[in-house]
Amino acid sequence: MPETPLLDMQDVHKTLGGKHILQGMTLQVHRGETLVIIGRSGIGKTVTLKHMVGLMRPDRGKVFIEGRDITTLRDRDLDQIRMKFGMLFQNGALLNSLTVGENVAMPLREHERLPEEEVRRLVREKLALVELHDVEDMMPGILSGGMKKRVGLARAIVRNPEFILYDEPTAGLDPIMSNAINELIVNMKNTLGVSSVVVTHDMPSAFRIADRIAMLRKGRIIKVGTPAEFLETDDPVIKQFVYGEEEGPDEPSE
Amino acid sequence: MAKKAESPSDWVTDAFEGAGYTCSVFASTVLAFGGILNRRRELLYHVYAFGCGALPVTVLVAIFTGMVVTFQTGLALYRIGQASQVGVLVPLAMCREMGPVMTCNILAGLLGSRIAAEIGTMNVSEEIDALRVMSINPIDYLVMPRFLAMCIVCPMLTLYADFIGIIAGALVARTQLDVSTQAYLSNAREVLEFRDIYSGLLKALVFGALTAAVACSQGLRTEKGAEGVGVATMRTVVISSVLILVSDYILGWFCNVFLGVGA
Repeated sequence: MPETPLLDMQDVHKTLGGKHILQGMTLQVHRGETLVIIGRSGIGKTVTLKHMVGLMRPDRGKVFIEGRDITTLRDRDLDQIRMKFGMLFQNGALLNSLTVGENVAMPLREHERLPEEEVRRLVREKLALVELHDVEDMMPGILSGGMKKRVGLARAIVRNPEFILYDEPTAGLDPIMSNAINELIVNMKNTLGVSSVVVTHDMPSAFRIADRIAMLRKGRIIKVGTPAEFLETDDPVIKQFVYGEEEGPDEPSE
Repeated sequence: MAKKAESPSDWVTDAFEGAGYTCSVFASTVLAFGGILNRRRELLYHVYAFGCGALPVTVLVAIFTGMVVTFQTGLALYRIGQASQVGVLVPLAMCREMGPVMTCNILAGLLGSRIAAEIGTMNVSEEIDALRVMSINPIDYLVMPRFLAMCIVCPMLTLYADFIGIIAGALVARTQLDVSTQAYLSNAREVLEFRDIYSGLLKALVFGALTAAVACSQGLRTEKGAEGVGVATMRTVVISSVLILVSDYILGWFCNVFLGVGA
């Protein structure tokens, strides 16, 4: 019997502000893999991520996590499933009224009964993983965009989740830091067996971290394959996106 | 691009959706009261921040409300030769009506807008989504402590405003109406009953709860960035102020019929 996918989106439709964003999105994520979703800006990649974690409910279609339909669950039941998740938001989404340390410690303080010393140690450890040191007492308002994103990542991984969603993890970071984040994503998979879904425009990053790549266009997944398959494809739409060509089926202004 | 004008039916639909959402936020908040011990730090913080933040304006409003009420009723009573009775009217008016209504209207503007803007900004910057992903219910973490803080702070500041308004009235009675402070206070003591005070505090509690429910639900419904935060804030102040006046009449009737206030 085939293994149940960790996450299974079936024919998901979503209309926002009168625009039909997802038009029958179907996608599976398997345990232990890193799936990268690529596609042009405004095409619905973030909307897809939000459906995966129940932040948005589809107008039509189903989303299953470990075989359980989350589209009909109440918020309190959904909270139990979300315990397994970590998510890095595009701009970090740090709580601006809390310090960096309090932000990272938040999932621990809310859900674990750990001594305060242990909480502080874990916060320092996760911040060090994203190359941040002695920032625990700073307020998010004074951090740069890249630092906010790294703090957001430290918060996402602080409870060692089984499944992490990354929304543009390397956007706005310098190449050295982008590389460090890529290595972190790969290490999390190799050492902890974490499954990940990454939304990105950064093609070098996508090829570095992906086990499989899925391309989203016009509200649907048009191709799922390995990085090698994407590099070797003859499909003009995919080639244009992967190589960033101005000439091709898609207009730059679309 | 010019914005599409909303039709009256859109407006009505939006109003009903908003009212329904506010009721659902209110119900979820009441159901979340059981977790208050886990949120005591946040509750104490908001009671302190709301109370201290609103105290100076409350004092100013209470002083002038007491002075205006005393001056105008004093002039009216003077015409019929009863200016000395001003000490009967002003404390009753302050405790039953002017104290709770004026104070809570100011608090709707001051604290309601603050709550709506704070939660609305968190919403548009994905902080509330981040809470949900961390399995932290925004009703438990954000709404319930603010709601309870408003239910505590509004009656507290109203009681304070009642006291200051009555004292300010005594000052005006003495300086402008030739009514001695002793006569004013003696009249006040004679006429004022405990139920006059607690009926006003009951009103303040309800006004605080209404303002908090409206502000939190507007914040949670905020969309479209900075513009949406502005709209949520404006709506909070308008809706809360109207609800305060409407519920004031209903509560006045309730207090009269069921608690015997003014009977």
